[in-house]
Amino acid sequence: MPSSEATAAVRIGARPPLRPGAALGRVLLLLVPGAYLAALLLAPLFAVVRAAFAHGPLAFAAAVSSPLALHAFAMTALTTAVAVVLNTAFGLAIAWVLVRDDFRGRRLLSGLVDLPFAVSPVMIGLMAMLLFGTGGWLLPATRALHLRVLFGWPAMALATTFVSLPLVVRELVPVLEEAGIAEEEAARTLGASRWQTLRHVVLPTVRWGLLYGVVLTTARCLGEFGAVLLVSGAMPGQTETATLLVYRLLEERRDAEAHAVAVVLATASVALLAAMKLVESRRNREHAAEGAA
Amino acid sequence: MRRPLGTRAPLLAVRGAALAYLLAFVALPVAALAREGFRGGAAKFVAALASDQARAALGLTLKVALAMAAVNAVMGTWIAYVLVRRPFPGRAVVDALVDLPFAIPTLVTGVMLVALYGPQSTLGALAGASGLRLMYAPPGIVIALLFVTLPFVVRAVQPVLLELDVGQEEAALTLGASPWTAFRRVLLPPLVPAITSGTLLSFARALGEFGAIVVVSGNIPGRTLTAAVLVYGEIESGRPQVAAAVSTALLSFAFALIVTVDWLQRRARHAVL
Repeated sequence: MPSSEATAAVRIGARPPLRPGAALGRVLLLLVPGAYLAALLLAPLFAVVRAAFAHGPLAFAAAVSSPLALHAFAMTALTTAVAVVLNTAFGLAIAWVLVRDDFRGRRLLSGLVDLPFAVSPVMIGLMAMLLFGTGGWLLPATRALHLRVLFGWPAMALATTFVSLPLVVRELVPVLEEAGIAEEEAARTLGASRWQTLRHVVLPTVRWGLLYGVVLTTARCLGEFGAVLLVSGAMPGQTETATLLVYRLLEERRDAEAHAVAVVLATASVALLAAMKLVESRRNREHAAEGAA
Repeated sequence: MRRPLGTRAPLLAVRGAALAYLLAFVALPVAALAREGFRGGAAKFVAALASDQARAALGLTLKVALAMAAVNAVMGTWIAYVLVRRPFPGRAVVDALVDLPFAIPTLVTGVMLVALYGPQSTLGALAGASGLRLMYAPPGIVIALLFVTLPFVVRAVQPVLLELDVGQEEAALTLGASPWTAFRRVLLPPLVPAITSGTLLSFARALGEFGAIVVVSGNIPGRTLTAAVLVYGEIESGRPQVAAAVSTALLSFAFALIVTVDWLQRRARHAVL
């Protein structure tokens, strides 16, 4: 494929003379970033897969299907499910309020949405301990409800929710901004209830953005580590998620098993990445079709 | 402002739900953190930050984040340029690959890097033999941060580059400018805001990184212990006040960076319109 520089020269008909070293420069232009990505992303990925299968596929299968591993995967699924459901429902409400609603302090709200991006996972763990631990502001309330939050799944789910809170909102805000309010108002003028407007106008408009946000949230939740490490107590077979299991196995110098569980997590991430790209291309195609119509 | 038809009750319910959710999930925990950080007054807050261990950890965190940001600004721009302007077979795959760090758990990132560059691997042993210690040392932390923040600069620069007209660049080349001069004088200036935004965001992200670092750094106090890992250690040893003070300082800095980027981006958008 000709480079844009070459096509320009052909179009204008006067190719500037090639300087010495220009060919080398063109090769380096592609080679350097290629090598960078290979060394940073691909080679480590291959290394961990190779290490995970170093003792054969049977050892790999045994490591990822032990009762403790299966329980860890189930805990990851549980915390992810809670966070995804909460952040999808409330993410939709927050995005709608940010774009369509108007009241004083709305900009402050936008800042609050971004705040979790600035917070380290360990700080989230610390916050949960300060709120639900001894002397915490929320401890009396949870005691009254007989709910054990800290060192149990509720705290793990809450911490995971905090971490992934901005993702759905940040996907939806530009989509809602671009769609404009006209269709929603038309539906309302024609007598649609708010619920009907939401179902037949708002949701179809934002569906690809929403789906993308949900997949992104899932990926982020599956991999949550620092916050969950602090609030869970990391009890094997009880409050241990998949990432916590990898960490414990590393600490116990059981590297092969740690690598095996890490590969399962990495595989899930790559699958989610593929899903993200699929959603993106569908959205772009529909966008292009609408633009042409 | 226009009020849609019907009663305002549902609107207020949605607004209330959104507000309550953000206050309960974000504002309240952050307030609890700041309160703990300042428990015992501002003097204790400052004392927590000024201890030898905290100073060393904060210094290291800033140093590795700066090193990462410098490499990321250059390589991120370079990758974005090649992806947009130099079509090559397999570009879609490489483009998708750039998002991989957003999907991979950060702890797994650390595990992967140690598997390849750790002292027990062939590569790590080779580097070690020539005197370069990659893992369990500051270079390993920088590599882990580069992995985790790879998408920030690329994804900030890419859309701006797509919008830029190729004509000016071609004109410069036709008039005899070298490709490097054309890049530096024609292409780079309009990209600077995007590069700055992406780099600042990656820097803010690096300040709090924990999962990838805790595996690759070795966590030697005073030498490879970053602020986030220090916070973890202080919590585990039952000193939440120090942990909260360091957290409050880091969080405020990172949040200020993010707000700045938001402001820069909004200004850039208005300049275009």
